[in-house]
Amino acid sequence: MAGSHADISKHVRSYMAVFAALAVLTIVTVAVAQFHFSDVGNVVVALIIAGFKATLVASIFMHLKWEKSISIWWSLGLCGIFFLALLFLPVLTANDHPPQVHMGTWDVTHQVAKSGGH
Amino acid sequence: MSTAVLPYTVEPHPVTGVYSGKLGIWLFLASEVMLFGGLFSAYVFLRVGAEAAGSPAAWPTHEETHLSWVIGGINTLVLIVSSVTMVMAWASLKMNDFAKGKMYLWLTAALATTFLVVKLAFEYWPKFQHGLVPAKNNFFGIYFTLTGLHGLHVFGGIVVILYFILPGSKLWHRDKEYYANRIECTGLYWHFVDLVWIFLFPVLYLL
Repeated sequence: MAGSHADISKHVRSYMAVFAALAVLTIVTVAVAQFHFSDVGNVVVALIIAGFKATLVASIFMHLKWEKSISIWWSLGLCGIFFLALLFLPVLTANDHPPQVHMGTWDVTHQVAKSGGH
Repeated sequence: MSTAVLPYTVEPHPVTGVYSGKLGIWLFLASEVMLFGGLFSAYVFLRVGAEAAGSPAAWPTHEETHLSWVIGGINTLVLIVSSVTMVMAWASLKMNDFAKGKMYLWLTAALATTFLVVKLAFEYWPKFQHGLVPAKNNFFGIYFTLTGLHGLHVFGGIVVILYFILPGSKLWHRDKEYYANRIECTGLYWHFVDLVWIFLFPVLYLL
């Protein structure tokens, strides 16, 4: 954490470099979105750029590049695993039937049951 | 009256290797990743589900969402600059320049307020006036949930930063290192809020 005066001055230079990179990458994000590669292609490109920007913020602004505490790395490692598990959840639903099929069937039988009862 | 002293606010804890506030804020941020991660997952679920349902109206196009990448892009840059001023506030304090540190904190708070004003005045308000409310469709449901929660985090950040500029700054005169550490923790939170927006912007405005 704490660094000498000279260390901090060095940090400041990397903050400015990251600032420039983030500004340029924001423009790149908008620019590439004007092209249509493919549905999946655009998502992949956008997420790669966003991931790169996020890495810059986390490693330089959030000081992870200089972080030596094993406790923080353990917390982040576990967090990463559970985050991936969360993002994987929608994949588990891939073989589910489209919802309106269920609703349609349910609606019809429901209506029939109701009208049949009277 | 004796004042209670919190241990390990400056010197690293022998077990964790960092001052305790820093580990605390990282654990909090880990829980925040889960919170936003779940909502991102919900976004993917809704969008993939809408496309699988095959109905063209299931997921609105950019023309239908009326989200301007110009406004979104400007706000992205505003947040990035605010992250720079935040980290510069910490660096100035570490270099023993309280006046400069405070100036950077003011700038950060001002930029954060700019973000919220742009969001509310140029995005939320016109949307509401045109009936584009969360109940309109799944897109606006998840859009307002994600950006609303993110906006609340920006607001929370403003409150914390103002606290450290105004009453909280007394700590500087008592213990400079402790104050700088608290600003570092505030910064960790603030950069996380910026980081979430880095993903929200392309996902909601561009894809």
